[in-house]
Amino acid sequence: MKNNKTLFQKVWDDHVVVAETPETPAILYIDLHIVHEVTTPQAFSVLREAGLPVRRPDLTLPTLDHSTPTTPVSSFKDLLVAGVGAANQVRQMEQNCEDFGLDLLGYGSGRRGIVHVIGPELGATQPGKTIVCGDSHSSTHGAFGALAFGIGTTEVGHVLATQCLLQRKPKTFEVNIKGTLPAGVGAKDLILAVIGQIGVNGGNGHVIEYRGEAIEAMDMESRMTICNMSIEAGARAGMIAPDSTTFDYLKGKPRAPKGADWDAAVDRWKDLRTDDGAEFDKSVTIDANDMQPMVTYGTNPGMVVAINDPVPDGKDASFQKALSYMQIESGKAMTANSVDIVFVGSCTNGRISDIEEAANILKGRKIADGVRMLVVPGSELVKKEAEDRGLDKIITAAGAEWREAGCSMCIAMNGDIVKPGQLSVSTSNRNFEGRQGIGARTVLASPATAAASAIAGHVADPRSYS
Amino acid sequence: MKAIKRMHGRTVVLPTRDIDTDQIIAARFLTTTSSEGLGKSAFYDLRYNKDGSEKADFALNQPAADGCSILIGGNNFGCGSSREHAPWALLDYGFEAVISTEIADIFKNNSLKNGLLAIVIDEESHEWLVSNPGAEITIDVETSSITLPDGHEVGFAMESFARHCLLEGIDQLGFLQNASTAIEAYEENRNWTP
Repeated sequence: MKNNKTLFQKVWDDHVVVAETPETPAILYIDLHIVHEVTTPQAFSVLREAGLPVRRPDLTLPTLDHSTPTTPVSSFKDLLVAGVGAANQVRQMEQNCEDFGLDLLGYGSGRRGIVHVIGPELGATQPGKTIVCGDSHSSTHGAFGALAFGIGTTEVGHVLATQCLLQRKPKTFEVNIKGTLPAGVGAKDLILAVIGQIGVNGGNGHVIEYRGEAIEAMDMESRMTICNMSIEAGARAGMIAPDSTTFDYLKGKPRAPKGADWDAAVDRWKDLRTDDGAEFDKSVTIDANDMQPMVTYGTNPGMVVAINDPVPDGKDASFQKALSYMQIESGKAMTANSVDIVFVGSCTNGRISDIEEAANILKGRKIADGVRMLVVPGSELVKKEAEDRGLDKIITAAGAEWREAGCSMCIAMNGDIVKPGQLSVSTSNRNFEGRQGIGARTVLASPATAAASAIAGHVADPRSYS
Repeated sequence: MKAIKRMHGRTVVLPTRDIDTDQIIAARFLTTTSSEGLGKSAFYDLRYNKDGSEKADFALNQPAADGCSILIGGNNFGCGSSREHAPWALLDYGFEAVISTEIADIFKNNSLKNGLLAIVIDEESHEWLVSNPGAEITIDVETSSITLPDGHEVGFAMESFARHCLLEGIDQLGFLQNASTAIEAYEENRNWTP
C-alpha cells in the first residue's frame, strides 16, 4: 500500500518546489506567513540591507501581540506600560510594515490579536495550506489540516524574501484518541495528558496527526487547543484532517473562499485525509473515556497529573530541581496548593469558547480574597464577541480583570507579570521556570479549572462548580 | 556566516534535562530589534540573584567556566520557543558549540544557521563529558567527529546541507534566491492559489 498517503504527506507533496536530495533539503512553498513584532525586526533588517522586497505581501499577515500591553493603547505613552523596548518594537513593526507594503492588523484595525487566534478567525488559515510564523505555537493552525510550524528569525527572512523554506521532511506520528471525553473534561486536559504520556521530547523530529473519535467529536476551537501544544511534546507540527466541522467554521469568514471558489476549495479539502493503509513512522493510542481534568505540577508541560491524584515521586536531579522550584510536594494532590494568580488567555485558550468556559463557572460567584484573575481575549474580535454576549460583565462582577487582546501573562514581556514565588493557575502552554515572571510558579490548566481555582483560592476540580 | 571547519575548546556542563529556550534567554530580553549583545542576558535567572549578585553554585559562575566555549547540556536541550535569540545569546556569551544526547528541532536549526555547532552524540560519550567538566575537546565538522582529551574519537550525525553550509560559510538565503526560477514556475503552475 505504498501509494497510500498520510494527510501530512499530501500537504507536503503539494508544496515541494524542489525535491530534497541527500545533499540538499526540499524547497517548500509557504502559503501563509504570519508575522509579529518580536521575532521579525532582525529579518526585516536583513531584507533592508540586501535591498530585497517582501516577495508576497498578499501572503503575509502581520499583527502586534507579544509585547503589547493589555491595557488600552491610543498613544506611544500607552505602549510604555510594557517598557520602552517593547514600545519601540511595536513602533518598529509599524514602520517595517509601512516600508515593505504590508497590511498590518495593528491598533485601530479592530482585528489585531494573537497570531494564532487571528489566522483562523479571519479564515486565512485553511486546510491544505503551509503556514509558518516566528512562533513555535504555529502548530495551532494544523487543526484545519494545514501544515503549520514555528520558525526562527533567519527563516522569517527566507520566507519574506522568497516565500520558501529549506526543509527536510519530518517523520509522522499518529496520536489516536479513542472513546469519548467525559463531561467536565476538555481539550486542554486531553492534550496535557497526551504530553504527559509521550513526554516533552516524544514528538521531536515528527509531525503529529491527531485522529480518532474524541478528535472528530471536537469543535474547531478545541482542535486548535490540541494542535497548539504539539510543540510542547517536541513536534513542530500537529494536524487534524478537515471535515464538515472545519468547513462550517470557515464558511463566511472574511478571507475564506467565496462562491464557486468555496465549492472548489471544499472539493479539494475533502481529499485531505490520511488514506486507509497509509503508514505512520510512530503511533500511540490513548483512551479518552477515563480522562480527568489535568494540571501540571513541575516545570515542563509533561509533568502533569490528574486533578485529584497525588503528585508523583521522582528520584533524579532534574525532577527534584523542578519540584523544589515549584515548592510542590510529592504524594499530595495539586488541590492542596493555594493560588495567587489566575490567567485565562493565550493562543492555547484565548478564544471565545475558552472565555465562555471560564465565564460559565464565574457566573454568580466571586473569586477568592487575595486572588488576582486576568481574563485576556486572544484578539480584538474575540473581545468584541465576548462583550456582545455580556461575558465581560460576568467576569468583572466576579472580581476578575477584563483586559485588551494580547499574549499577556503567557510570556511576561508586556507588563503582565506573575511576581516571584506566586503560584499561577494559567491556561497558557508553558510552565517553564520564569516563563510568567522571575520566580513565577505556573500550573497549566483548562479555562474551567483556572476559573474554579480562582473561586476556591486553591487549585480546584472544575466539576464541583459546573 | 563565516566558515567553520573545526574548533577546539573547553567544556562547561549543565546536566539538567529539558533546558528550554526561556531559561537560555527569558522573554523580557526579547524586546530588542537587534541580534547583538544578548550574551549578558543568557541564563540570566540561573546566573543572578534578585539583587544582581552572582549565584555562586551555578556552573557558568565558577572560575573554571571562564573561557569555556563548549556547552554540554542535558537531554532535549533547547526545547520550547522558536526564539532565535537563544543561539544569538549563547554565541554572544562566547559559546561556539552545544552538545547533548538530544537537541530540540527548532533550536538546532536556528543554531546551525548561525554557526553555533548543535551536536547530538551517544549517551555513553555524553555521560563521560558530563562527568568531566573542563575537558578540552576538538570538534571537527569536516569529519563529523569529536576528539576527546585521550585521543578517542566520537562520531556525530549532522544534516548534510547544514554541514556543507558550515564548512563553506554559505548563506542559505542566497541558496534560496538562486532557486527563483523554480519558485516562479511553481507559483505559475500550481492548481490552486492560496
